[in-house]
Amino acid sequence: MSGETGMSAREVILARITEALRVPAPLPHGLTAESQSQVRQPQPRAAVTTSGASTAGITVTHAAAGLPTLTVLPEEVARPWLPDGGETQAERLQLLIENLVKLRAIVQQVPDLTAASDYLFTIARERDWQRVAWHPHPLVEPLLGGVPCATYRVDAADFEKNSLESCDAGITSCEALVAQTGSILVSSATSGGRALSILPHVHIVVATCDQIVATLADALHAAKERHEGHMPSMLSFITGPSRTGDIERILVLGAHGPKELILILVG
Amino acid sequence: MIVNHSPAPAAADSQPPRLAKKRFLHDAAEYVRDTGHRAFVRKALNGYYASRDLQKARFRNWEHARDAASLAKWSAVNRLDELLPRFVAAFEANGGQVHWARDAEEARKIVLELVRAARAKAIIKSKCMTSEEIHLNAALEADGYGVVESDLGEFIQQLRGEPPYHFVFPCMHVRRDEISDLFGKHLGTAPTDSPEELTMIARRHMRRLYIDADVGITGANFLVAETGQISITENEGNARLTAALPRVHIAISGIEKVVEHLDDLAVLLPMLATAGTGQPMTCYNTLYAGPRRAGEADGPEEMHLVLLDNSRTAILADPEQRDSLHCIRCGACLNVCPIFKNVGGFTYGTTYQGPIGSVITPHLRGLADWNHLSAASSLCGACTDACPVRIDIAHHLLHNRRNAARTAPNAWERLGHRLFVMVARRPWLFGLGGAVFRHTLPLLKALRPPLLRDWLASRDLPAAPRQSFRRQWERRQPREGRA
Repeated sequence: MSGETGMSAREVILARITEALRVPAPLPHGLTAESQSQVRQPQPRAAVTTSGASTAGITVTHAAAGLPTLTVLPEEVARPWLPDGGETQAERLQLLIENLVKLRAIVQQVPDLTAASDYLFTIARERDWQRVAWHPHPLVEPLLGGVPCATYRVDAADFEKNSLESCDAGITSCEALVAQTGSILVSSATSGGRALSILPHVHIVVATCDQIVATLADALHAAKERHEGHMPSMLSFITGPSRTGDIERILVLGAHGPKELILILVG
Repeated sequence: MIVNHSPAPAAADSQPPRLAKKRFLHDAAEYVRDTGHRAFVRKALNGYYASRDLQKARFRNWEHARDAASLAKWSAVNRLDELLPRFVAAFEANGGQVHWARDAEEARKIVLELVRAARAKAIIKSKCMTSEEIHLNAALEADGYGVVESDLGEFIQQLRGEPPYHFVFPCMHVRRDEISDLFGKHLGTAPTDSPEELTMIARRHMRRLYIDADVGITGANFLVAETGQISITENEGNARLTAALPRVHIAISGIEKVVEHLDDLAVLLPMLATAGTGQPMTCYNTLYAGPRRAGEADGPEEMHLVLLDNSRTAILADPEQRDSLHCIRCGACLNVCPIFKNVGGFTYGTTYQGPIGSVITPHLRGLADWNHLSAASSLCGACTDACPVRIDIAHHLLHNRRNAARTAPNAWERLGHRLFVMVARRPWLFGLGGAVFRHTLPLLKALRPPLLRDWLASRDLPAAPRQSFRRQWERRQPREGRA
């Protein structure tokens, strides 16, 4: 393309995109009749909300003229096609535990932090752990009193990869627990950075029951609200212990990340 | 027996063009004859079908979820002019650095420069199909850099000197005893027939490498315009480690991976997992927003994103096939494809195998040389039904065939069609032709003329009926009338 000489790669690619989009594309193939009926006349773009209480729809307007505008149904109407996230807190708790057990994670429910500390003491003894890593957090710190082995504190001041690698387990808090999929949302801001929840052989998550949300969308929304425009550099949905099926499609736990995932659920 | 006759297909796009089709036909014939290979692949896929169906059933309405996913991708791809710059601005505001690459060569150059600037001694890589597309490993190695694939399947393929067999299950064609021998040869480990022990060998081997690597290279599954985050989907934790421990993180992504809202991922992530591997969610779905922040314990000092065009804008310019850019690379269309299951992944000679690869490869490498992939289709439409984002793959294969017929018509095909039209328009000639065919069929089967030979090589022809259909029909009518 001769017209592209002297332009930067960025300008060239953006120009190609603009040129390509001059011809509108038809709607996606095979939309169900119900979705087809949602194609409406252009209207102002509504704010996109993800909270369960929202009534605002997600409106898709189009930059190029002459294209149909799609309105996806408002969330509480539209989301019923995804896997169930539970209506009540009790349902969510039950779904979360069911899903985590299916994923081969270990869930331990305890009434309070003292009981959580006792549980940690027991498993550390049983497995003869030499060293566990942790990060400063109001849910994590109270558990360490009873740990019968050395501890390694992960924080911004001094982080050493080799020290962390030598730990038997990493203890972290989390952002949210997702009933819908059994996922645990951790972040670099609230779970001791990036490596603590992935490098040690066992990952222990301490969370309270009020951190349980119904769906992935709720968890993302909660994270967005909490960090208000300053997302942590890493947000990760952990769904069960690390696994692979690369050898003859046979499931093996503990590919590169933690072999075991233990959730201590307080309250 | 699994055949390993193919020379490393990595060089497929550099070979003389006309060879692509010839090699396809040759390899397809070889693989189809290999019943052991077919049985092995089918067994692996049977497990996938079972878990996929189980997870699909958890969706309260899978078809509506497909609508939502396809609309999310449709509205992003059709507004790429607006969303890509918005994503880039947000990503840069998060502290990431963006590099634009028009083609594979430019992308390789950018990565090499970044690696040089980082004074890298060791590079660790997690699974990234765009890097296969631009043949990055070969370029890094040619420049003297050691690069190790950390995904187990990719690691096995790297040791075997082969590209991925399937873009989601890279070594699904390899038996465990072959992996055991491979690890014995390269890592000096004792033989074992346990997949778990083999996985642990790779785990132990890789731990040191994550810690020692200066640069980590990953792909990207989604680019979120709203927040400037990139989303990476994986199961093993190798991408998490690759983006956590090295000093520099380089991600490579096609420009079409943009989605508008963070909320779109609440639909796309579980669908990718369900369609791709039959999981509710893959183990790790991670969003990265730039390098380590002040106050965070760890993470890279620099985060770079290479945005690759490499003919994607050519697909974008074709409104009919624009939706092939909706692809989230789940591999569902490969897993259900009767062609893929019989000819295997290497036969395609492409970075992206199977039906979706057959659709997009002609755009990336030229229709004249790669149209044969679109002809390798049974037109069953299983790929279209399997696609979680509703790409009309089966019809796009037909579109490719039509486009090829328009731009480079085959003289023999045209002659054949003309002859057929001539005969079909004249009932007497049609009847005569049928009579000749009925009476000479045994002779033809014995003589095996060129066109018939290919058919008869693996099939038989039924005996011809004594009378034509029209004749039989006529004779039937009065009897039906009496009844």
